Amino acid sequence: MSVLLIAEHNNKEIKPFTLNAISAASQINEDVHVLVLGSNSDSVAKSISEVPNVKKVVHINNSIYENYLAENYTSVIVKIAENYSHIICSANTFGKNLMPRVAALLDVSQVSDITKVISEDTFLRPIYAGNAFATVKTNDKIKCITIRPTSFDPAPSSGGSAEIQNNDPSDATTLSKFIKKEEIKTDRPELGTARVVVSGGRGMQSGENFKLITAVADKLNAAIGASRAAVDAGYITNDHQVGQTGKVVVPDLYIAVGISGAIQHLAGMKESKVIVAINKDGEAPIFSVADYGLEADLFDALPKFLEELNKLNTIQK
Amino acid sequence: MKILVAIKRVIDYNVQIRVKEDGSGVVTDNVKMSTNPPDDNAIEEAVKIKESGKAKEVVAVSVGDEKVQETVRKALAVGADRGILVKTEGIIEPLAVSKILQKVVDKEKPDLVFMGKQAIDDDCNQTGQMLAALLNWPQATFASKIEVKDKILQVTREIDEGLETIEVNIPAIVTCDLRLNEPRYASLPNIMKAKKKPIEQINASDLGVDTRPRIEQIKVEEPPKRKAGIKVASVEELVQKLKNEAKVI
Repeated sequence: MSVLLIAEHNNKEIKPFTLNAISAASQINEDVHVLVLGSNSDSVAKSISEVPNVKKVVHINNSIYENYLAENYTSVIVKIAENYSHIICSANTFGKNLMPRVAALLDVSQVSDITKVISEDTFLRPIYAGNAFATVKTNDKIKCITIRPTSFDPAPSSGGSAEIQNNDPSDATTLSKFIKKEEIKTDRPELGTARVVVSGGRGMQSGENFKLITAVADKLNAAIGASRAAVDAGYITNDHQVGQTGKVVVPDLYIAVGISGAIQHLAGMKESKVIVAINKDGEAPIFSVADYGLEADLFDALPKFLEELNKLNTIQK
Repeated sequence: MKILVAIKRVIDYNVQIRVKEDGSGVVTDNVKMSTNPPDDNAIEEAVKIKESGKAKEVVAVSVGDEKVQETVRKALAVGADRGILVKTEGIIEPLAVSKILQKVVDKEKPDLVFMGKQAIDDDCNQTGQMLAALLNWPQATFASKIEVKDKILQVTREIDEGLETIEVNIPAIVTCDLRLNEPRYASLPNIMKAKKKPIEQINASDLGVDTRPRIEQIKVEEPPKRKAGIKVASVEELVQKLKNEAKVI
């Protein structure tokens, strides 16, 4: 049987993590079908049909799917689920919101946030904020899986030409209503996929001081992250939070500034390839995961760091 | 209006967990246990709504062994009116918990069910959404702001891109994010008062719910250790190392 992947998109373009989810899906079974629920979303269906790993696109185009309401999405997914061995999507706020609602209606015990496919029914997943890894085997007939996007490489996005099948929508929900989305627009790389992330914590002392982080991030073409403490204190908005209940990032370079390194923050960044910690407390737990630790006052170190970066002839982008 | 708040007892968030040598799980004996942190936000929000006059009763419910009573008692000490403990043994998956909660909802008929968005032990992030599905109620997950209006809730949700606002009909399920509010501490007089509040005990087996796990846990292991890093003496050294040794800039 085929596997069904639920695409995440904005009705114009696919979200990058959909490609990571497609590659996880094709590790389970090469016969990957992708469900695109959207409104005026022909361009999304078309670009997914060009992903070589995708064998078929099921497109349902209706205004009720313009925004993600799990209540609307679920009924139509459940309707076609019996044709599939697995239902898959990313373990980001999109998939976390949606998949359990689908799983419960199918009477399936969901496997959340897998980081590795061991076989078609056995998976590796982090528990306790990544301080342990569980190998789990699911015996349900249909398997509902969410995948940790940063643990799978994105699938190539061009060269394929899968069939696009147009299906009818289900009834619209009256249970819930979309009101608005406040999306923070930025020219920076996305936090989840950036090659370099510069993060600030409570040590930044104010939102105003984040300009020191911004300057370094500009120079390195980096995304800006933050610890929960910095977000709670109102220094920066929630979409920047890295950690167990925020985003998980795996950049080539992660620079933690004024972040002590609480367990829940480490959960979101400790798989990064190279970790730098700048903190004036030499005993801070962040140093236990850092490849390069600098024990210094960040208000001296960050301007100097920028100065040194400016002296370099070239900087990788 | 009546609000049911579902809470979970977990290993305290400050504890560095240890994996059992036989790979069968993590050590929980003699380890400090607490309420799952976002569940504290769920209780706080329910109590605040009651204090504003918009709810009459807050009922705290939890699922687990006898010791879970302590966790329910703590919810009573910060303002829940009474408690329910559904007794189970062994691993209970989110699907089974949501089926148990469905039975409790059938009996209690709350207008709202609140709980934390995710438990910090299994990190599943499923129960609220599953319960909403089983009840055919709307769900408002990852809530950072809740406004009770007439027969609807307006909820602001924390999503990857920023914030989203939705409206859901009551009855509804809300899963709470950490920034929803600042949970209060229990005062000593309230801890004393909580000892007199009732906690009803129900056996899961009497609810007619099959709680047997569907997922086999084959093994639990520690993550690969990161190689110990070095401390650099200066910013100049840091930049040189990043450029010439790590080759990341």
